[in-house]
Amino acid sequence: MTTRHESRLRSRRRVSIIGVFGELLITAGVFVFLFLGWQLWLNDIVVGHEQQSQALAFSDELSGASAPHTVPPADPTVPAEPVVGVAPAETTQFANVYIPRFGADYVRTIAEGVSASNVLKTGVGHYPGTQMPGEIGNFAVAAHRTTYGAPFNLIGTLQAGDRIIVQTADGWYTYVFRSLEYVRPTGVGVLDPVPQQSADVTPTARVMTMTSCNPMLSAAERIVAYSVLESWQPASAGPPGEIAALVNGTV
Amino acid sequence: MYAALWRLLPGPVWLRIVLLLVIVAAVLLACVLFVFPWLNTFVNVTEVTVGE
Repeated sequence: MTTRHESRLRSRRRVSIIGVFGELLITAGVFVFLFLGWQLWLNDIVVGHEQQSQALAFSDELSGASAPHTVPPADPTVPAEPVVGVAPAETTQFANVYIPRFGADYVRTIAEGVSASNVLKTGVGHYPGTQMPGEIGNFAVAAHRTTYGAPFNLIGTLQAGDRIIVQTADGWYTYVFRSLEYVRPTGVGVLDPVPQQSADVTPTARVMTMTSCNPMLSAAERIVAYSVLESWQPASAGPPGEIAALVNGTV
Repeated sequence: MYAALWRLLPGPVWLRIVLLLVIVAAVLLACVLFVFPWLNTFVNVTEVTVGE
């Protein structure tokens, strides 16, 4: 009995080159699928979570207090014109963006610059040279739609009327989403002070432009989301009601 | 290759299976922590900005 068993073992012990090659190929195939799963799904969840908690911490920093905000009664001395900040140095985070359509707990940081190697890995990037939040003209930002936490993953789901709220050290800027547009990667007209008008047309509206890749996982086109400023309130007034729970940490 | 690995593992079948699971978990962890992030630096198909 044992001799038969041993002879069977011995015949299996002969390693064939083709057998090893086949096992290597199977291993490589599994490895590729694991990598894709990590890149397109698992890592986005992990990085997205990091970006979200980093932005929440930055929100406290922006409002200059870690204590929960209380919404005071409307202050009659609130300036009607939004306060406009000065663009900081490249890669410096200066704002947060809240988009309830992307999730009740959605918040990401906005940093100066749109460098893929640093800024866009941490969240949203502001096109240098375009206007600042609340300024007349075009406040233009970019972020990944897939991979690296994919801050703008759901950009295609925005619907007219959706609020996009930007927080800076000065206050809260509530933009209302208007429309989507699709352009070629060279379509820099979307960054004009009046989007798609020549740069010397004098702007009168306060526009926010978001760009990301289109279609998903491709660099063939860009998806562009336009919003217009609806209202503004100073930092002391606390966050707009729509995101108050998130900012105060009760979500 | 994998048959050879199975024979290298000591002990009874249940121990070999436990050891195998530990090895697989270690390899997966190394992939997620080191190999995949490194590979990802070569794969950047998603450009999101407009420019000349």
